[in-house]
Amino acid sequence: MSERKLTGAQLLLRALRDQGVDVIFGYPGGAVLPIYDAIFGQNAIRHILVRHEQAAVHAAEGYARSTGRVGVVLVTSGPGSTNAVTGLTDALMDSIPVVCITGQVPTHLIGNDAFQECDTTGITRPCTKHNYLVKDVNAVARTVHEAFYVARSGRPGPVVIDMPKDVQFAEGDYVSPEDVVHRTYKPQTHPHKDAVAAAVEVIAHAKKPIFYTGGGVINAGPGACRLLRELVRLSGYPCTSTLMGLGAFPAGDPHFLGMVGMHGTYESNLAMYNCDVMVNIGARFDDRVTGKLSEFSPNSVKVHVDIDPSSINKNVRVDHAIIGDAGITMAEMLEAWKMRGYQPDREALAAWWAEINAWRARDCLRFHQDMAPDAVIKPQYAIKRLAELTAEHKDVYITTEVGQHQMWAAQFIPFSEPHRWMTSGGLGTMGYGLPAAMGVQIAHPDALVIDVAGESSIMMNIQELSTIAQYRLPVKVFITNNQWMGMVRQWQELLHGERYSESYMESLPDFVKLAESFGATGLRATKVSEVDDTIREMMSIEGPVIVDMHVDRKENCFPMIPGGAAHYDMILGPDDRGEQRTSEEGMVLV
Amino acid sequence: MTPQDQPIERHTISVLVDNEPGVLARVIGLFSGRGYNIESLTVAEVDIERRRSRITLVTSGTRMIVEQIKAQLARLVPIHKVSDLTDQGPAVERELALVKVTTDSNRDNRIESLRIADIFRARVVDSTVNSFTFEVTGSSGKLDAFIGLMRPLGLSDIARTGVAAMARGHKGLLQLD
Repeated sequence: MSERKLTGAQLLLRALRDQGVDVIFGYPGGAVLPIYDAIFGQNAIRHILVRHEQAAVHAAEGYARSTGRVGVVLVTSGPGSTNAVTGLTDALMDSIPVVCITGQVPTHLIGNDAFQECDTTGITRPCTKHNYLVKDVNAVARTVHEAFYVARSGRPGPVVIDMPKDVQFAEGDYVSPEDVVHRTYKPQTHPHKDAVAAAVEVIAHAKKPIFYTGGGVINAGPGACRLLRELVRLSGYPCTSTLMGLGAFPAGDPHFLGMVGMHGTYESNLAMYNCDVMVNIGARFDDRVTGKLSEFSPNSVKVHVDIDPSSINKNVRVDHAIIGDAGITMAEMLEAWKMRGYQPDREALAAWWAEINAWRARDCLRFHQDMAPDAVIKPQYAIKRLAELTAEHKDVYITTEVGQHQMWAAQFIPFSEPHRWMTSGGLGTMGYGLPAAMGVQIAHPDALVIDVAGESSIMMNIQELSTIAQYRLPVKVFITNNQWMGMVRQWQELLHGERYSESYMESLPDFVKLAESFGATGLRATKVSEVDDTIREMMSIEGPVIVDMHVDRKENCFPMIPGGAAHYDMILGPDDRGEQRTSEEGMVLV
Repeated sequence: MTPQDQPIERHTISVLVDNEPGVLARVIGLFSGRGYNIESLTVAEVDIERRRSRITLVTSGTRMIVEQIKAQLARLVPIHKVSDLTDQGPAVERELALVKVTTDSNRDNRIESLRIADIFRARVVDSTVNSFTFEVTGSSGKLDAFIGLMRPLGLSDIARTGVAAMARGHKGLLQLD
């Protein structure tokens, strides 16, 4: 392709445009000025100026997770790229497709400790799926196309392209996406037929089955989520989900047992423990889910569908490993099931459901809200009402920060569709929710986007209120304010003898005034009678809102499986403390 | 038997990679980041036309860990092929060592070291009036034995290449793709 020569910066933008990019989250600096110059000279791609590079990556993650597309970030060299590292690691842990372009000092200065130089490819190697240092301007376009391919294929993840400044200035040739074929990276998406047939045989003959689904189903797309629903309907089996997978299966469906894991429901965890066939689709046997490994579902035959072969047998030895895309695999499972005319064992299944319903009857998420008008607000109540009152709005997206409020949001907000729930699962990044909400709102300007937050987490990326103001993003920040790092406080209470070391949040801002100083609206509720009106008012305001919901300061998040304990060893509530259950070994685990 | 109680196995793994900057760092970073062992690692370009290098590494771990290592290696983007020579049946494994023996004026040690070198088919590649440098190839065990015998004779320097290995039989790693 020999057209007129373009500069490296122009080649980059053209390649981004040909990859369908319509928005970049970024922050300028010396080493990316030529790219910003090229951005200035075009209108196809919108640039969103964040206030910190970490927020740029989280915003791109929010964009990616709510659209299923690749999020794009542009930051400068040195501190620009080191600031992006937390976001990149977050995207790697949660398998979110992001392409991050970092500026770099000119090629001849690399290694000289130049101003704002850092070894970006070295630093980001373990926290990206792949990274590139582009030293030749003629490789710019091909590298961008490869990066997008790598970011979205197989198990998605973040890819960094480090571009020295001289390469941005130099002139070179463009290559179209269709002319770029990756030499080595060809992930297997179609499962082996025999593996599927063998697994379906086992699944169909199960007496106490469970579907255990994760973020892989969401990443496989809305089609995969439909197939999961069909599979569950066809079999009549119960279904649970990881934190990452919420929304893939409708929470309102009676087959859904709620979330599994450390703060998952009693019925999910006991069903996992007692099942005879576990069908893991797109989840990775994370330690938050398995609890004590040696007592994890000891009597089950395990089927594991994953697109990443390295997830198979990493933590838990499985009996039927199927490598493939969750959607394609479920389509083949359904086909195999129908072709062989399998009928689930109705009698066994009825007995299994009876067992599950008995666990369900424990009503593990119950909490007591005193309804006297002046009563203190329970955080669960605030979030439950948020879910109920926003249910009438058809287009709601929820992001969260990390901590107790995140777990309550996962427990009390029922998701019926994928791509509506954005939370930092693997890395557990406080400060994720606000920038992620920005990214979601940019992708869905008319939607109701709510960041369910804690007062401590929100402080970690509070500067993004300025971005929200600049782009008039109507993001709603719903702070459950207990003036503690709630989850830290909870662990200190339960596991460290109530020694509350450094977990109290002093000198918090007045969130109402803070909102006003950024041109947003601040609302506050301090008693239970104000909850509904505050939420309604929040929804009625067109611009950004910060809700400062003062909640019970000592409330803990239950149910809880203490670190290192088994699924049956759940603490159901404050009255269920019993003996000290956490072993020394368990305390070492986070 | 829980996975932790599985016996430790030693595996020789050949990895065909694109010879691009940082590829070795990716492999080594994977091992250090995930806490796997590397007993030996060799790397050199083997296909100049297609710019491919072969990394041969010897590692040890439980069966589950070794499987993890292979899966994690295969997941790296610039990697073409991961081949477990230990699993795939017989393989030839060879290592080369340069071994220096400084005998000073001890005539008996000089003669004894040459005699042992002869038994091990080692070659003298450098010699002074009070030292020999031997080149010896073979399995790592053979090299260990040779070095062990040279130690009392005035061993003063060792350089080993690490293991290069290849499956026996007619199939080649470069042909496979």
